[in-house]
Amino acid sequence: MKHKIAPLAALAAVLAAGLLLSGCGSRMLTLVNVSYDPTREFYAAYNEEFLRWYQPQCAEPLEVLPSHGGSGSQARSVIEGVDADVVTLALAHDITLIEQAGLIDPGWMDELPENSAPYTSTIVFLVRAGNPKHIADWDDLTAPGVEVITPDPKSSGGACWNFLAAWEYALRRYDNDEAQARAFVSALYGNVLVMDSGARGATTTFVENGQGDVLIAWENEALVSLREYPGEFELVTPSVSIKAEPSVAVVDENVDYNGTREAAQAYLEHLYSDEAQRLAGQYGYRPTDPDILAEFSDTFDLNVQLCCIDDFGGWDQAYADFFADDAIFDQIYRG
Amino acid sequence: MEPKKVVNNKARVIPGFGLSLGVVLTMLSVLVLIPLMSVLGYAFRMTPQEFWQLITRPNVIGAFGTSLLCSLIAAAVNSVFGLLLAWVLVRYDFPGKRLMDGLIELPFALPTAVAGITLSKMYSTKGVLGAALARLGIRVSYTRLGLVVALVFVGIPFVVRAIQPVLEGLDRKYEEAAHMLGAGRARTFFRVVLPELMPALWTGFGLALARGLGEYGSVVYISGNSEKNGTQVVSYVIMQKLNAGNMDYESATAIALVLLAVSFLLLLFVNILQVRAARRTRERGA
Repeated sequence: MKHKIAPLAALAAVLAAGLLLSGCGSRMLTLVNVSYDPTREFYAAYNEEFLRWYQPQCAEPLEVLPSHGGSGSQARSVIEGVDADVVTLALAHDITLIEQAGLIDPGWMDELPENSAPYTSTIVFLVRAGNPKHIADWDDLTAPGVEVITPDPKSSGGACWNFLAAWEYALRRYDNDEAQARAFVSALYGNVLVMDSGARGATTTFVENGQGDVLIAWENEALVSLREYPGEFELVTPSVSIKAEPSVAVVDENVDYNGTREAAQAYLEHLYSDEAQRLAGQYGYRPTDPDILAEFSDTFDLNVQLCCIDDFGGWDQAYADFFADDAIFDQIYRG
Repeated sequence: MEPKKVVNNKARVIPGFGLSLGVVLTMLSVLVLIPLMSVLGYAFRMTPQEFWQLITRPNVIGAFGTSLLCSLIAAAVNSVFGLLLAWVLVRYDFPGKRLMDGLIELPFALPTAVAGITLSKMYSTKGVLGAALARLGIRVSYTRLGLVVALVFVGIPFVVRAIQPVLEGLDRKYEEAAHMLGAGRARTFFRVVLPELMPALWTGFGLALARGLGEYGSVVYISGNSEKNGTQVVSYVIMQKLNAGNMDYESATAIALVLLAVSFLLLLFVNILQVRAARRTRERGA
């Protein structure tokens, strides 16, 4: 008996090892989505929707792990080694930085429709209930006695868009006269009461601490404040604003290593499905699908004229012109 | 004289001078020296002119002024109140004393951002304490005063915990002797008790100061970070360089390097004061 068991045991061991190595059925596929702060609720809902749709097509059990933080610092952590399979960040530029670090292949922006931005947002105003200071458009923010809350563009990438939207309004109002645009934006930032380090801090200052008359905010975040504090605030969409494209990309280096490319691609492609587009609309992002966007016409003011970052020569150019040390923002803010 | 005595002492508790020194050096290298060297490496990618231009920018100099001033004030406030708190905890018995003792460390355990947000809300013009102060014309949140408040909050445990054990070990017979010799309360405190506590007080002051100089989380929410109002601290300016969409590591590390150098000099000075105070105490004891 004894000499018969040994070969059998050896065979069993080899089979078991083979099974383990092939990962057949026993492996758990994990997809890490590194995103930014305000998408937390949207992706919680989307992950459920995605798993419901994708799990039947996938051999292995799948889970999606979300990670949220400031968009810039999330990009930095991916560059420094966080094992993200997909990134869904606030600005295309944050993903470009990861591309420059060699983790994402160039050309990612053309891999998915609409510049790889499945949903967009824009800059709006949040004012206190009843709009006591009668704020309707950008020029109301320059009136004496109006206290404005907006984060510091020198420390928050998102806050740069607030500045650029105001700048665009001024250029259109004053027929592209830069001197007048400077004076206008200078008056606006002269009314800024508290300049927080980021959008979250600014929202806390305005909403929780009761400071200021108007918060310049991203539309999706302003909608969250409206929902969380019913009756306390109103949303005002200015006549001119800027279209921000929160972009998404597969982190090529990581998915090839993790063997998650297929699932990662499906995860991002499914963001353009009707279900996901509707979810985006429900969570305050403008769907890029025009038909579904039209369904949300009472949530979003569709008459606002939107400029985009390319009007400023792209993000890098805009950053150099406006926000680098001693550029336009420093000049007007120091006066 | 003293180090020699220690080396010659054969009955050491931890054996193997070579081994323990090796472990210590490895730990120091991995945790402290190598990260610090990489700071140097990054900062030295700039030319000296670029470096000088950067650190003499008005916002950078302003931030150093704010950081130094506010953390010095906060450390001084902490020294007074920390001493008082330690005194109360050591010398008096009262209900809830244990609880109060346990609460001292809370500022360490609490994430600093939570502290910052809570303080900024409490001291804002619409907050519980801030509204009352605002009626007196005192604004706390979004001013330098708010900044000091946040630094006092995060720094107080250092002073209390530095003084407490010394105070516990302080023999009361000195105070009794002083009293018997006719010294009043003030004289006893300032001439007998305080000199004994000075080394520990300097240690606590130095620790609180160091903490204040590098503090970020609690400060950004309450200070308002205004360059005009002088409420930007150095760590905020460093984060600006990292967060502002351009990830300027060189500038960030260059400013960090200057902060390190300034902090080192300041702490060295405090350390010298501490050593002197300790020597004076020993001489008095001898």
